[in-house]
Amino acid sequence: MTQPIIQLSGVDKFYGDFQALSQIDLDIRTGEFFSLLGPSGCGKTTLLRSIAGFETPSVGSLHIDGKSMDRVPANKRPTNMVFQSYAIFPHMSVAQNVAYGLKARGLPKAEIHERVSEAIAMVGLQGFDSRASHALSGGQRQRVALARALVLKPRVLLLDEPLSALDKKMREQMQSELRRLQRAVGITFVLVTHDQEEALTMSDRIAVMFDGKIAQVATPQTLYGKPSSRRVGNFIGMMNFFDAKVLSTSGETVEVDVQSFGTVTLPLSQAPGGVEGCQSVGIRPEMLTILAEGRTAEREIEAVVSEVFYYGDMTYYDVNLPQKDAPVTVTMRNTAGRKVLAAGDTARVGWSPVSLLLLQ
Amino acid sequence: MLRKRLMSEGAQGMVLISPTLVFTLLMLAVPLIMVLALSFWTQNYLTLDRSFSLTNYKTAWTEPMYQYLMARSLKISIFVTALTVVLAYPVAYFISFHVTPKRKAMWIFLITIPFWTSYLMRIFLWKVILGYNGVVNGSLMGLGLIEQPLSFILYNQNAVVLTLAHSWVPFAILPIFVALERVDRSLIEAAEDLGDNRLRRFFRVTLPLSMPGVIAATIIVFIPTIGDYVTPRLVGGPNGLMISNMIELQFKKANNAPLGAALAISAMAIVTCVTLVFVWMNRKFMRGPK
Repeated sequence: MTQPIIQLSGVDKFYGDFQALSQIDLDIRTGEFFSLLGPSGCGKTTLLRSIAGFETPSVGSLHIDGKSMDRVPANKRPTNMVFQSYAIFPHMSVAQNVAYGLKARGLPKAEIHERVSEAIAMVGLQGFDSRASHALSGGQRQRVALARALVLKPRVLLLDEPLSALDKKMREQMQSELRRLQRAVGITFVLVTHDQEEALTMSDRIAVMFDGKIAQVATPQTLYGKPSSRRVGNFIGMMNFFDAKVLSTSGETVEVDVQSFGTVTLPLSQAPGGVEGCQSVGIRPEMLTILAEGRTAEREIEAVVSEVFYYGDMTYYDVNLPQKDAPVTVTMRNTAGRKVLAAGDTARVGWSPVSLLLLQ
Repeated sequence: MLRKRLMSEGAQGMVLISPTLVFTLLMLAVPLIMVLALSFWTQNYLTLDRSFSLTNYKTAWTEPMYQYLMARSLKISIFVTALTVVLAYPVAYFISFHVTPKRKAMWIFLITIPFWTSYLMRIFLWKVILGYNGVVNGSLMGLGLIEQPLSFILYNQNAVVLTLAHSWVPFAILPIFVALERVDRSLIEAAEDLGDNRLRRFFRVTLPLSMPGVIAATIIVFIPTIGDYVTPRLVGGPNGLMISNMIELQFKKANNAPLGAALAISAMAIVTCVTLVFVWMNRKFMRGPK
């Protein structure tokens, strides 16, 4: 594998007594679309701003492209940033905004002109060159911010929640466009987001952060399918949790007594965070099935439907299982002929040990 | 009650501002109209000739003495304005960018301390500081840096500029501070991110975006200083007198109120023209490109 473009090791950041980042070790690979995902206040923006050079880590080292970034100010780093507010210069036109960084480098006028039109075309803003920035829509401002950063051909493009200010439709459109742009220019993208869906659909790899610490770094599939802790599983998508007690470990398997499900034997691969200290078992709602009459599953539990949420393509059921106080969520696709149950109905819930995850 | 509700927004606004409006009309508009009328009359020793005449304006605009005084007033107030803005900008910048948000209010409060003493008092203090046996000369002579007291620091135009600038700096700090506060900090970060060093991002982002404040400060200082009367009288000496001193002279000692009125109206017209230029510039800055 090639050398990582960004390397952080042992990075801490303190604001007075408050610790914003704690022991961050992270490698971001050249050319990947990397996301920092976490709830607000988890330190993801601080981490991004540290990479950009707007924050200085209190402890630890940061290397970009193999070079130490100690005392390298933001204007000397091979990174460019798309700000959450876009930070479009209000006293300049679209073209002047895009040309800003090129002028800072003192490039000849002809080259600036050429690269600016190229960048404006790349983000689909042809004809808007002389438009004043206050006459732009949110999506257009975002494109200007992208063009302004990409025109400098940075090694890394940093994006601070770039889609949060857009409406849903625009956001989805920009998601695929960002992905397309990233593939086209081949620049490493580092995206900060609190939207797990956004992170899953766009990223090659994701770092999930809580309370200033990185909880897990993995591909979207691994993160969803094999979260390393209960907290990650709960943050990425929905997950039902059951109390569990590890009975014994032998070689490649672990025997667990699970609330409602009884005793099961799981391979160690279904304990992605390790067996040590595990006290719960998680299962995704779509891994549980409400069995229609005449159908059977590997394992079944009798349940009572307590709530029904009908979404058109999907139905979400809250069901009560024996020995469990909190209801469990089961999602079912509304395929042809499948009956939608009502609250109070009894149902057989089918499950399989394969989809259980032993978590801390 | 119902009728009141039905009153249009405009009418409601008029009712709200009417006390101020009446006061302004009585105290500002009426005297102004009287001065305007007076400027077209003629003084014949003790009697006032009320027939329309432009003689006063002809005198005011052609007599070299008045031209000279008017030019000097303009020059002094331009110097004062420039000096004030140059002195005020760094202070406003410091408070906006380098004072923690919690302390900003206190700093602004500190800036108003000079207003705790009266305007007149402050001018007299400058006399003490700049005088022949004053603080500056005393210290410099005591240190052996000069043999004779410096004479170019009091009773001339330098003293007028210095004293006026000191009086007006706080008024210039406030609008510049407000404009700087409104500059989105992420824009400055963006400029840094795009490769500009501290100095370049100041000239390319911070300064252009704070220009509305600079122009407001310029207008606030320029308009009153051109007509200032007390400062030149007290620290200006014979060479530091300004147009308002001449206007006073016409109204009182020279007993030619119509000429004084014509001079006052002429000065007002010049101030209006200069101000309009600034207002136009401000609009340009507020609107951004195209």
